[in-house]
Amino acid sequence: MDSLLQAVLNGLVAGTILALPAIGFTAMFAVLRYPNFAVAAYATLGAYGGWMANAWLGWPAVAALLGAFALAGVAGALAERIALEPLRPAGALTTAIAAIALNVILENILRFAFGNDLRGYDLPLARDIRFGGLRIAPQQIENLLLSLAVMGALFAFLAFTRIGKAMRATADNPDLARLKGIEPRRVELLAVFVGAGLCGVGGMLLGLDTSIDPLTGFRVILSVFAAAVVGGLGSIPGAVAGALLIGVAEEIATLHVASTYKSAVGFLAILLVLTLRPRGLLGERAY
Amino acid sequence: MSGWANYLVFMIATGGFYALLALSLNLIWGGAGMVNLGLAGFFALGAYASALLTVSVGAPIIVGIIGALLAGAVGGYIVTMSTTRLRGDYLAIVTLGFAETIRLVANNEIWLTRGSDGISGIPGPLKADLGTWFNAACAAGTVAIVALVWFILRRLDLSPYGRALRAMREDEQVAQVAGKRILRFKIEAFAISASIAGLAGALYGHFNSYVAPDIFQPLITVYIFLAVAAGGVGRVSGAVLGAYLVIFFLESTRFAATAIPGLSPVQHAAMREMLIGLALILVLRWRPQGILPERIPPAPLGARASRPHSLGVMDATTRA
Repeated sequence: MDSLLQAVLNGLVAGTILALPAIGFTAMFAVLRYPNFAVAAYATLGAYGGWMANAWLGWPAVAALLGAFALAGVAGALAERIALEPLRPAGALTTAIAAIALNVILENILRFAFGNDLRGYDLPLARDIRFGGLRIAPQQIENLLLSLAVMGALFAFLAFTRIGKAMRATADNPDLARLKGIEPRRVELLAVFVGAGLCGVGGMLLGLDTSIDPLTGFRVILSVFAAAVVGGLGSIPGAVAGALLIGVAEEIATLHVASTYKSAVGFLAILLVLTLRPRGLLGERAY
Repeated sequence: MSGWANYLVFMIATGGFYALLALSLNLIWGGAGMVNLGLAGFFALGAYASALLTVSVGAPIIVGIIGALLAGAVGGYIVTMSTTRLRGDYLAIVTLGFAETIRLVANNEIWLTRGSDGISGIPGPLKADLGTWFNAACAAGTVAIVALVWFILRRLDLSPYGRALRAMREDEQVAQVAGKRILRFKIEAFAISASIAGLAGALYGHFNSYVAPDIFQPLITVYIFLAVAAGGVGRVSGAVLGAYLVIFFLESTRFAATAIPGLSPVQHAAMREMLIGLALILVLRWRPQGILPERIPPAPLGARASRPHSLGVMDATTRA
């Protein structure tokens, strides 16, 4: 029983972190209407950005997180403008294929610069906190709080700022948004900046309590897709719900099968949802 | 045989496996407008099916190859059946996940696949009789099989079936209104395509006598997309040409990268992979029709002959 509760707790923490790249992926899909498979590289880029800020410049975790967001976000927006945007008239599939190629390029830029070695953040070690037979690391609590704070900021941005509302309007109905004088290109670029930035933050949080290497983002990509599809591709609250579900399911699964099968859980979840409820749990509504 | 001849034979064979994968992708991407980001997974599925049948069960090679064709088709069927209505973006995600899951299973089910050690000692056809000529004969056999699959797919392309697939690619609703059963066509095309990828895997295993999970990296899928895009999406000959071009590109970047001094092997590999990704984006951007652009075959003679005639009748009636 305790091991099950522990798995649920670990799953909720993991799911909260997973929610960030899942939101990024789903938000980009909602506005740009193609699955941006470069999210893996954006997450890895953020992980390295945060690591450089932390290990080289000595920034604390919160400041390094901003660095991770900025690096991944700027890279995403630049890549969209230079490489992907010109391909979008050719269709969503062509753009998605180009995004995979982009992922290969970005991942290998990191491999070229840093090699395949594992890198660890420079953080103080701390003892696990115990309560009633359950364990949680202080780092996990910090990650959880940071993820929640980022999500809170995102929801406030989408709900209260003019440009945030414009993003939701474009996701909902691009033609209507254009009629209202919203510049679609600006909104699209901003969506990629925010989406890729969120992937970057997620990548850094993933690396914080373990280590990072050029495949950090790629390893969680199936879980990220699963979270977005389970919640309903294009729905931000759906991505959060999906991420929590996938996080918990993965941890519970590791009680029964080898932990390397974690990402197979995501694949099964995708198949299950597409068979039973193709629109996802919360449907394909942006917000 | 000398080193260079051996190398050439090896490249011809590898190009043949890639050509089969490119033919597989071209059938659904070029033919039906669907996407398969898990090509490496179907490649692996066929390789393991044939390796397990011939090594663990001890079946003859031909049984292994038939098993690989079936395994590919069944895998393709499962993937498409569960992706409701086969919307492109979902199919992309599902196929990507499929390939990763196959690699996970190959790595972890050690009792079946021997894990990351891989399966060695896969028999090759007539290996004992051919001796040192085995590789050359195998490469020739691979080229012959590529030619056979090319011929079949070209016939398919020109057949009513190929036209129906194209119609579906251009406009699903119109094809549906014309009475084409879209979903069935798509599932069939995907299963055929997946079994060709499985065939490529089986041949790979019997040629190299060894398969392991790490051989089936997702990067192979990117190579094949580059091959089909460069050769010409929708053109059967383009897929074969593209596959050999990719092999040539990969090998020449291997030599070019080592010519740059002061770089580590990891950096060489990273540079080559960057170039592959860059090439794919550049082709999609500047030469989306590829080197051999698609040729839409003219409508069959019967249809061409009857149309002006019927128009003539209409003219006559309106005049009257």
